[in-house]
Amino acid sequence: MSAREKNQGLDVSDNPYDELADEHGADARWAFGTGFTDPLAGIDTTVPDGVDATALAAYCLALGDDALIYSHRLQQWITRLPELEEETAIANVALDLLGQARMLLARAGTVLGRSEDELAFFRDEVEFRNVRLVERADADFAELVGRLLIFATWRLALFERLREVPDPVLAAIAAKGVNELAYHRDYAAQWVVRLGDGTELSHARMQAALDTTWPLVDELFEAHPMDLVTVAHGEFDVVLDTVLATAGLSRPVIGALAKVGGRAGRDGVHTEALGYVLAELQSVARAHPEATW
Amino acid sequence: MVSRGDMVSSAREVAAATPDPELPLLTIGDLGILRDVEEADGGVIVTITPTYSGCPAMREITADLTGRLNAAGYPRVELRTRLAPPWSSDWITADGRAKLARAGIAPPGPRHGGPVLLTLGPRPATRCPACGADDTVELAHFGATACKALHRCRACAEPFEAMKAI
Repeated sequence: MSAREKNQGLDVSDNPYDELADEHGADARWAFGTGFTDPLAGIDTTVPDGVDATALAAYCLALGDDALIYSHRLQQWITRLPELEEETAIANVALDLLGQARMLLARAGTVLGRSEDELAFFRDEVEFRNVRLVERADADFAELVGRLLIFATWRLALFERLREVPDPVLAAIAAKGVNELAYHRDYAAQWVVRLGDGTELSHARMQAALDTTWPLVDELFEAHPMDLVTVAHGEFDVVLDTVLATAGLSRPVIGALAKVGGRAGRDGVHTEALGYVLAELQSVARAHPEATW
Repeated sequence: MVSRGDMVSSAREVAAATPDPELPLLTIGDLGILRDVEEADGGVIVTITPTYSGCPAMREITADLTGRLNAAGYPRVELRTRLAPPWSSDWITADGRAKLARAGIAPPGPRHGGPVLLTLGPRPATRCPACGADDTVELAHFGATACKALHRCRACAEPFEAMKAI
């Protein structure tokens, strides 16, 4: 007897949860939203003539790593946020970034001949190319919204430029991401203003959060050989200065976090925080290397 | 086995009638994510556009679409994803907007074009789908699904969901 027959008398014809209980043959899924397929299914992933495929893959991987690692750090906040509304907000932001990560890793994978899962779960720390900004855990809610403002402002500016790259797949992923990132930036900016322009305590903690995060900002704007597009620091500053002025906060005057022998996140040189993220992110896939989900 | 001559509905009609799993009152035709349906050599090629990059409903939609087309006599279904141009809430049809409002979900306002502006102040008020008042406030920037935000009406005190304009 199918689940649908058991529920006779109820109109369950439009209920997706009911569909899960039905036979789907090889398509069987164990929960809503599972049964992952290639996020680029049915898209022409041929790299156009004149585009350096290796360079394209390297850059997609780096941008995908930024989103994957940051999404994981945001997911770690779930059940720990101050209000239910912020739970849904951060879960949605993390989900958008995970979606961007999946498409970008899949794009890199079409060139590298590796699946998105292999790239996410079976690379070691030194093979990740994310910026160091996304690695650390936030100490409080002010650090969460401060870093989200910095990340979303930078990535939005970057994605606006990426819409014009000659690879149509990367351009399309970027165009899709722009709308999402604009929404993330507004959310973060409104919280930074609320905390900065709030009580003496919230102001002090918001300022302290910015001071803590600021040493990781310069790395975002330093030219790297793998960059396909660049964003000027000044463009980011215009947005940040508007938010900070509205919030009554001051721009931190703190030096950048030192590199190691001139190398940083894009070269595979990370802070120790990345190891903890990867241990959690990759443990299930590595314990069951043949598993599918 | 249904022969092609018996078929009442075209592949496009069948595909367009597939409900969205998170907003089952709307079909994917209403949402504007069904981009193209092509019939060729007894097979059907369906092209859809995802709403949000990480939307978990896409997998449900593709499984449901295939099942519906199979049941309608189209055994060979190929699904294609199209990323560009990106989906916009402006693509929701007038019929879809009316269905949303009837279900108590405020339809999205028009999306502004041009450069991406920073919004620091309150957004323009969304009309309450319950009483029609404009005196509403956004409670949360995000909602229970990727495509919605949470609002409250000050006139009738009802909380309601609104589709985000993207």
